[in-house]
Amino acid sequence: MTDARPQDLLAGVVPDPVGTPAEGFGVYLHWPFCTAKCPYCDFNSHVRHQAVDQGRFAAALVSEMETMGRLTPGRTVTSIFLGGGTPSLMDPATVQAVLDAVARIWTVAGDAEVTLEANPSSVEAARFRGYRAAGVNRVSLGVQAMNDADLRLLGRLHDTAQAREAIEIARATFPRLSFDLIYARPGQTVEAWTAELEAAIRLAADHLSLYQLTIEPGTMFEALHKAGRIAVPDPDLAADLFVATQAITAAAGLPAYEISNHAAPGAESRHNLIYWRYGEYVGIGAGAHGRIALPGGRSRLATSTERMPEAWATLVEARGHGVTAVEAVDGVSAGDEMLLMGLRLREGIDPIRFEALSGRPFDPARIDDLLSHGMIEFLPDGRLRASSDGWFVLDAIVADLAA
Amino acid sequence: MSQTALTNIRNFAIIAHIDHGKSTLADRLIQATGTLTDREMTNQILDSMDIERERGITIKAQTVRLIYKAKDGVEYTLNLMDTPGHVDFAYEVSRSLAACEGSLLVVDASQGVEAQTLANVYQAIDNNHEIVPILNKVDLPAAEPERVKAQIEEVIGLDASQAVEISAKTGLNIEGVLEAIVTRLPPPKGDPDAPLKAMLVDSWYDAYLGVVVLVRVIDGTLVKGQKVRMMRTGATYEVDRVGYMTPKLIVTDKLSTGEVGVLTASIKEVADTAVGDTITDERKPTAEPLPGFRPAQPVVFCGLFPVDAADFEDLRAAVGKLRLNDASFSYEMESSAALGFGFRCGFLGLLHLEIIQERLEREFNLDLIATAPSVVYRMLLTDGSEIELHNPADMPDVMKIEEIREPWIRASIMTPDEYLGSILKLCQERRGVQVDLNYVGSRAMVTYDLPLNEVVFDFYDRLKSISKGYASFDYQLTDYKPGDLVKMQILVNAEPVDALSILVHRSQADRRGRGMCEKLKDLIPQHMFQIPVQAAIGGKIIARETIRALRKDVLAKCYGGDVTRKRKLLDKQKEGKKRMRQFGKVEIPQEAFIAALKMDD
Repeated sequence: MTDARPQDLLAGVVPDPVGTPAEGFGVYLHWPFCTAKCPYCDFNSHVRHQAVDQGRFAAALVSEMETMGRLTPGRTVTSIFLGGGTPSLMDPATVQAVLDAVARIWTVAGDAEVTLEANPSSVEAARFRGYRAAGVNRVSLGVQAMNDADLRLLGRLHDTAQAREAIEIARATFPRLSFDLIYARPGQTVEAWTAELEAAIRLAADHLSLYQLTIEPGTMFEALHKAGRIAVPDPDLAADLFVATQAITAAAGLPAYEISNHAAPGAESRHNLIYWRYGEYVGIGAGAHGRIALPGGRSRLATSTERMPEAWATLVEARGHGVTAVEAVDGVSAGDEMLLMGLRLREGIDPIRFEALSGRPFDPARIDDLLSHGMIEFLPDGRLRASSDGWFVLDAIVADLAA
Repeated sequence: MSQTALTNIRNFAIIAHIDHGKSTLADRLIQATGTLTDREMTNQILDSMDIERERGITIKAQTVRLIYKAKDGVEYTLNLMDTPGHVDFAYEVSRSLAACEGSLLVVDASQGVEAQTLANVYQAIDNNHEIVPILNKVDLPAAEPERVKAQIEEVIGLDASQAVEISAKTGLNIEGVLEAIVTRLPPPKGDPDAPLKAMLVDSWYDAYLGVVVLVRVIDGTLVKGQKVRMMRTGATYEVDRVGYMTPKLIVTDKLSTGEVGVLTASIKEVADTAVGDTITDERKPTAEPLPGFRPAQPVVFCGLFPVDAADFEDLRAAVGKLRLNDASFSYEMESSAALGFGFRCGFLGLLHLEIIQERLEREFNLDLIATAPSVVYRMLLTDGSEIELHNPADMPDVMKIEEIREPWIRASIMTPDEYLGSILKLCQERRGVQVDLNYVGSRAMVTYDLPLNEVVFDFYDRLKSISKGYASFDYQLTDYKPGDLVKMQILVNAEPVDALSILVHRSQADRRGRGMCEKLKDLIPQHMFQIPVQAAIGGKIIARETIRALRKDVLAKCYGGDVTRKRKLLDKQKEGKKRMRQFGKVEIPQEAFIAALKMDD
């Protein structure tokens, strides 16, 4: 072998002509740029001090979609998600070009959800109308906190007033609106969080993502945490905060449908449900991940792309995609992945589907054990889910049920 | 090589505390006599096992023959006998010493005499050795040769005025040591015309030669082709090879009276040889075997189990191989409800246990769980029979036990006097009975009788920690005495964990039970439910702790890009679970089995 070019990992992949799975087919598009890196964030995001060549990146996203499209023939797209980084730094024209390409490559369902993540700053809110015109019908705002001191701690560039204004504009512009808040912040009490959450709910989004702050490896918060400069709530306080969150959102008509996600009935994120229900999705853009069905029904092709945006674009320009790692996930591992994702949902998982995918039944002793401790429960339709007590210790439950 | 006249032979051992420079001195003697070329020299040649080198201890006796042309113009044959330096191998040491006429007592010129040195010196004196004191490391700034000489005279009662002052490290005055060996140590005695009488000093397994036996010829001659009989085991062999070590094997035709050397005789296993046995001529045997023989007797037992049950066959093969080269180590299969299949192994002492465990893990690449070490108890049953108990899990019903006897030791501890108070307290807590207390300058030497079961676990660690490493400790087994011993069980989530059962003196039960429960509380990870951890004697709970239920684990966000990473984390978690042992519904990490017994008081 004298060919010095990196191997084309998708060259030998045989497409699976199954059609759209019942759990849906999603297209995830990653825009890897941010104005500033937040100290808690471990996502693939990069700060560029010169203008990003949006035409080049849009063309590369389209080119990579065309390649992925050939591996997923006959699918109907049920959801498109523009995530980041900060996709609200994209020009509306760039969004338009990318969404047009999705519709050219696949069939897009008439009721497809098209979500864009946005920062709640006035600059970005000015582009909302353009995104709507391009086809975006749902926006997810990174509000993160409802007090200015904590926004500064979290390294956010907006303040509470700007956030409120952005929420107003978004609500007027898009049919559906969600926003994110981070809680269990350093020094946060149950009382303070309760007040903040209640204020957030009054802003009348139909969907809230409420994340407990986790110290992720490689972030600035990790360095600060190690140095003892910031402290996060202990597991008991974290549990109390979680309990309070469940009670407040349920009372407000936004019950949890997933560990960190709350929605009015019918307003759940269809895109994220594809992940949690272990459906099929392609990951387009630098550092994006996909799960594509392989022939035979049980195994999946896990794809991930080059993380450095410019290197990713160069790869796409050379061979039509930036995939640098693929893994054939066999049935047993796919079963583990289905558990990891599905048990996060209030609706739980279908044991029959699990057995078909993994090729093994659950260990009855483990099931009995978890039932006897009230950690899991079976629903009348036979689905299995973590109980409300079990949700707290989901990692332990998944480890018990996994292969 | 021609026969050396008895008067030109010197057989000697080196007695030293760990780190006082025994191996370095041996290296220098080998170098100074030109026995090995510089190219062949590695540091600490005689300690050939990695563990021996790393830990600075000698496990197997070794010998090396040195040819030294002395100032009197005579060429002497010197046999250096390197002996194991640890109390666990006290019997092996005594046989090595019995094969020599004299000893070099090496003492660090700044540290002075340690307890371990003392025990070996007394053994050498018991063997009628002439002893030459050597002060090592005199070149170091902290050296106080005069103080240490005074100490040797005071503590041991040896004349230290003629002590040889050296630095083995730099090679200073090695000549002085060699001259002292030829002028101050006596030559061997023996009758060259009597029937063969040789002592089996040690034996080891060599991949090419088979079992190699180290011998000291007392009377007569040992020749190739000779039919010999081992008087204790009764086995007969034809001698294939005789020779001596330099430490390479040099084959000769015969070994004469007074000489130390080796033989091979198609002996299959080291276990077929007994240290201290008498080797004689099959046709013309000697009348009396040598005195002082004792069969190998394990005193400490513990269970060794593979972490991964699938490795059991590998463990079986590994213990079999080690046993080939170490007859003092014994094993029998054991099955534990908790740990699966493994072996109950017997050792000469705690160091021996550690060495074997480490060799199994390193040389055979095995992951092991070792259960708490226990001593051998003697049980007098109501039907008049007597049994030995190696494993607390096998204890008979208390109604059938008339009396339990436990082994006692006599321990000598030397310590700077500022730590004496804490050490006396430790000994008292461990049911010790003080026998003697002496002062030598600012050092105290205290002798205690202690039950071995109070010592086997962490006595030595505790002693080292309360004395900041300064106290030294040595012991010998004395006798078995009746004791008010009870079996204490540990219940985790109401299920007894057999691998954690121990026999304990009634007066210690509360303290040990509380200590173990507290330890386990920290060692067992939180589960989804509350876990009681209890210590019980019979049906009575004597201590209890509760491990709180896990209230919340990590609930980070999880989307499409997180699946692979989360699955890899899950795979790691599953790997970790494999290293846990399931007891009913509770998973106990393997390190808990040993750590639970360490007391922090």
